Amino acid sequence: MIGLEHYLSVAAALFVIGIFGIFLNRKNVIVILMSIELMLLSVNINLVAFSSFLGDLTGQVFTLFILTVAAAEAAIGLAILVCFFRNRGTIDVEDVNVMKG
Amino acid sequence: MGIADITFYAFAITLVTAGFLVVVARNPVHSVLWLILAFLSSAGLFVLLGAEFVAMLLIIVYVGAVAVLFLFVVMMLDVDFSALKAEMARYVPLAGLIGVVLLMQLALAYGTWAFSDGIDQRLGNPIPPIDEVHNTQALGLILYDQYFLLFQLAGLILLVAMVGAILLTLRHRQDIKRQDILAQIYRDPAKAMELKDVKPGQGL
Repeated sequence: MIGLEHYLSVAAALFVIGIFGIFLNRKNVIVILMSIELMLLSVNINLVAFSSFLGDLTGQVFTLFILTVAAAEAAIGLAILVCFFRNRGTIDVEDVNVMKG
Repeated sequence: MGIADITFYAFAITLVTAGFLVVVARNPVHSVLWLILAFLSSAGLFVLLGAEFVAMLLIIVYVGAVAVLFLFVVMMLDVDFSALKAEMARYVPLAGLIGVVLLMQLALAYGTWAFSDGIDQRLGNPIPPIDEVHNTQALGLILYDQYFLLFQLAGLILLVAMVGAILLTLRHRQDIKRQDILAQIYRDPAKAMELKDVKPGQGL
């Protein structure tokens, strides 16, 4: 019988894979954005699993909002990436020093 | 092991494998394709959990829009990805260490919690019986009622994101010819053409 713990384990594994990907692809912004998407997906799995096993719809509603924010974040991130690539000709994170921060 | 268990394990293993291949794939196009597989299998998990609307939304929004957006950007940018991947082996120990530590922390957190007593009476929005109100209808009933403000704000976030993305990527290139519609409309036919009386045998 599949319980809540199974879903939480899958979500935890996916979240850790997302963190792993961010540290593994330190130079490639596109893969970093994809890793962030994976982490948000794992959060969504947690929310839906709790919602289903608790019998409360609120988790699914908040999944919708996380989905919205994730889509907006991906769109803005990719737009910044395209803009940056046009100006600098690279997407290496270590070259992002235009603002001298 | 019933059919539901087998389905869960199939989707879960596909999801974790695809997620892992997203971050280690050499080619970013392959990464995006693995990401699409991960989204599809998590949509399968959502269907197993009884959240059909979120599952369909995941397929439409993530696979149909976000992943295709990633694919567009990956293919549009002319980047030498092999150079970006060259130093990946250097980061494996650090990334693996952080991953293991985080996994252990999550395992600690997941090991010790429980639902409190009498939680059934204190649920905010209990899921109605599935034979009376199906998932999409139940979600709509509370989304357009109790969470209406948040719903509108989510729309506002999307609008701001859309305007921001357009503003960031739109550029007017000065060095190319463009169609000037007003100039075309206000063009005077009398000045636009000139009649020449060409004499036979002489030309212009």
